[in-house]
Amino acid sequence: MNPGTRMLARTCGVVAIGGVAGALARYGLGVLIPTRPDAFPWTTFAINVLGCLALGALVPLVGTHAVLRPLLGTGVLGGFTTFSTYMVDIQRLVRHGEPELAAAYLAGTAILALSAAYLGGFLMRRLR
Amino acid sequence: MTVLLVALGAAFGAPARYLVDRAVGPRRFPYGTMIVNVAGSFVLGWAATALDTKSGAYALVGTGFCGALTTYSTFGYETVRLAESGEHGKALLNVIVSIALGSAGAYLGFLAA
Repeated sequence: MNPGTRMLARTCGVVAIGGVAGALARYGLGVLIPTRPDAFPWTTFAINVLGCLALGALVPLVGTHAVLRPLLGTGVLGGFTTFSTYMVDIQRLVRHGEPELAAAYLAGTAILALSAAYLGGFLMRRLR
Repeated sequence: MTVLLVALGAAFGAPARYLVDRAVGPRRFPYGTMIVNVAGSFVLGWAATALDTKSGAYALVGTGFCGALTTYSTFGYETVRLAESGEHGKALLNVIVSIALGSAGAYLGFLAA
């Protein structure tokens, strides 16, 4: 294996380890705090907002560190947060006759998660 | 058992996201994240309809793979970074197009099931 390929394989392994940890945390929270299919998906909402806050705060701390960024950013927080469940839950709410709830969830997640991503970076840059 | 299947799915989903983003390369618009988020929404739209959500197959493909392939944190971070660098139009476009294509993907997945 040439050094570039070995480096890539190592980074993929690091991302996989972090991704498994993040996904298991998301799965565990879903088991502990399940939400009904016709109710506001509070658990996924909280996961995505918290994950955005954490990534915003992480980047000023670790920068482009060769291990910490792929492990914690791409891996843990990438595996913890989910865009696909957000999309599918919105359509599930619509099919359950809850279009207002679907719209509130769509806009609420986008506004709060993006604000959290900004706030995380802002606070971390202030603290350092 | 379910826990192991979620872990196995995520062990493929997270590096797949990394490899797609790397293949797309550094651009002025976060196409890589958008591609994985739309593709993952399609697959999850299919899985949530075709599979029993309590099954091991759903834990592997849905919760594990699609959950780790797609990301809200990077989507949020990249959008904020665009806005902070003065690219407010691109930031707004990223949010609108990601949600529009992601919804279309999830709906197509639902239809495909």
